Amino acid sequence: MQQKELLELKINACKVRRSILTGTFSAKCGHPGGSLSCTDALTYLYFKEMNIDPAQPEWEDRDRFVLSKGHCAPGLYGVLARRGFFPEEEITTLRKTGSRLQGHPCRNVAPGVDMSTGSLGQGVSVATGMALGAKLQGKNWKTYSILGDGEISEGQVWEAVMFASAKGLTNMTVIVDNNNLQIDGTIEEVNSPYPIDEKFAAFGWNVINVADGNDMAQLDEAFQKAHACTDKPNAIIMKTLKGKGVSYMENKAAWHGKAPNQEEYDQGMAELDAELARLEAEYAAL
Amino acid sequence: MADIIKQATRDSYGIALCELGAEIENMYVLDADLAGATKTGTFKKQFPERHINCGIAEQNMMGIAAGLATTGSLVFASSFAVFAAGRVYEQIRNSICYPNLNVKIGATHGGISVGEDGASHQMNEDFALMRALPNMTVICPADGAEAIKATKAAAKMYGPCYLRYGRLAIPVMFDDCDFQIGKGNVLRDGKDVTIIACGLMVERALAAADLLAAEGINARVINMATIKPIDRELVIESAKATGAIVTAEEHSIIGGLGGAVAEVVSETVPVPVLRVGVEDKFGKSGPATELLDMFGLNAENIVAKAKAAIALKK
Repeated sequence: MQQKELLELKINACKVRRSILTGTFSAKCGHPGGSLSCTDALTYLYFKEMNIDPAQPEWEDRDRFVLSKGHCAPGLYGVLARRGFFPEEEITTLRKTGSRLQGHPCRNVAPGVDMSTGSLGQGVSVATGMALGAKLQGKNWKTYSILGDGEISEGQVWEAVMFASAKGLTNMTVIVDNNNLQIDGTIEEVNSPYPIDEKFAAFGWNVINVADGNDMAQLDEAFQKAHACTDKPNAIIMKTLKGKGVSYMENKAAWHGKAPNQEEYDQGMAELDAELARLEAEYAAL
Repeated sequence: MADIIKQATRDSYGIALCELGAEIENMYVLDADLAGATKTGTFKKQFPERHINCGIAEQNMMGIAAGLATTGSLVFASSFAVFAAGRVYEQIRNSICYPNLNVKIGATHGGISVGEDGASHQMNEDFALMRALPNMTVICPADGAEAIKATKAAAKMYGPCYLRYGRLAIPVMFDDCDFQIGKGNVLRDGKDVTIIACGLMVERALAAADLLAAEGINARVINMATIKPIDRELVIESAKATGAIVTAEEHSIIGGLGGAVAEVVSETVPVPVLRVGVEDKFGKSGPATELLDMFGLNAENIVAKAKAAIALKK
């Protein structure tokens, strides 16, 4: 990938992070930690990987995305708004009465949301059903889904993973956001799903490990590897940092489902603004 | 008298699926390793490329159904009622009803007439579970003929629909029925009491009306195949006309047809409503007909409840 394109993606990811902070601050609740850990993957999907048209959110031949870890709606809304599915000003309505931006994504009200999610383990099944639909109907569009690493304790995830492989759904890619933290602590402490990659491999998936899923260049490399695989469904297992980009949130389980207060919001926005200024300067210097 | 033809409503489900499959190209039937028992095997034989065996993984099956439905397909997802409504309740809630997707749930082996398999496989709580879900339609046809019509009607409507079929072969009585979703059918008119039944209890309700008639009691009998949305107008009119109601269903007395009727009556024309159903118990193993008697799902119990309801009239 060209340096210019890489920087554009980084700039967009930084702006999405700002919107995650703004949305949860405005709502006084929500899930910033996991939203921030998968921001780079969401940005890569919506700005680089997926074939979509914000002017036609329900375009029949679009690629599909299911946020199986539905609580990270602030991240999805941030990237959808940034991509032009709805005005960025709407982010401050997150979780408020009358808003299209429900606490967890709702496909019937939010433009660009392909599936309502929020109950962990279910989204990946629906994504698998979408991929099956494309295959049965001879369509070329692809399906993507982001799963939480805590989420994969749900048995339904493995039912879907077994099914996708058994039915030869080579047209789907799941991304596991391995930030290593869930509500009650580290994922090993709670109910260790490790080794995640070997589990997917054992179910017949093409596994791509990403050492740093908050590094856009590594994500790009992973998706290129996924494109190269034509005989298996793809699982991208990416190590990420929960709360990435906001220093006091980074790697803290406490920021799973808590909004910043005014002081925290100001500090977080200042950090992100500084990072944005740095990226834009770098971009200008190209 | 012509020979009585008996057919299980699950057989009708299989027949209707094949007829629908020939007509509707983008229709898929999902199963969880029970195609023989749910009778979707007939569809599989005719349209193998549109029958998906999801394996013994009902939760995923409902997600697959939802995902397929988002691509504009009509999807029937099948299993035994205990799994199709019970095990996957929350998948139906969050992945099908909340997004309002066009998924039909074909639940066979409803009620205690499953028989010898026993309580683990006898689903008597499905109406209650499914009826509480927003966007859901709930149907339980009375015989093989109505089951075919109900399945076709469900295919023609948009949105989630729960169809409950039985394992037991029962008399085919309603070849000429006019089935409409949300409309009850008055099978027999009467002025003293109304018996509102669904599923295999409709036959028993008619038998009860005969027994009551012999004692000079005129019972109106209604086949209420659609449990949700309940036919409010007909319930209200019957409450006014007869002043007492008995409901009869192969389901718990909690939350099913009896609940739905009582909700309407208590808010409009408060008259006695007595319920015939499984009385908050688990089932048992045994031949279906013996179990139906053992649990009071018979004409005699309907007669007793009808007399009690009449006695409660003001």
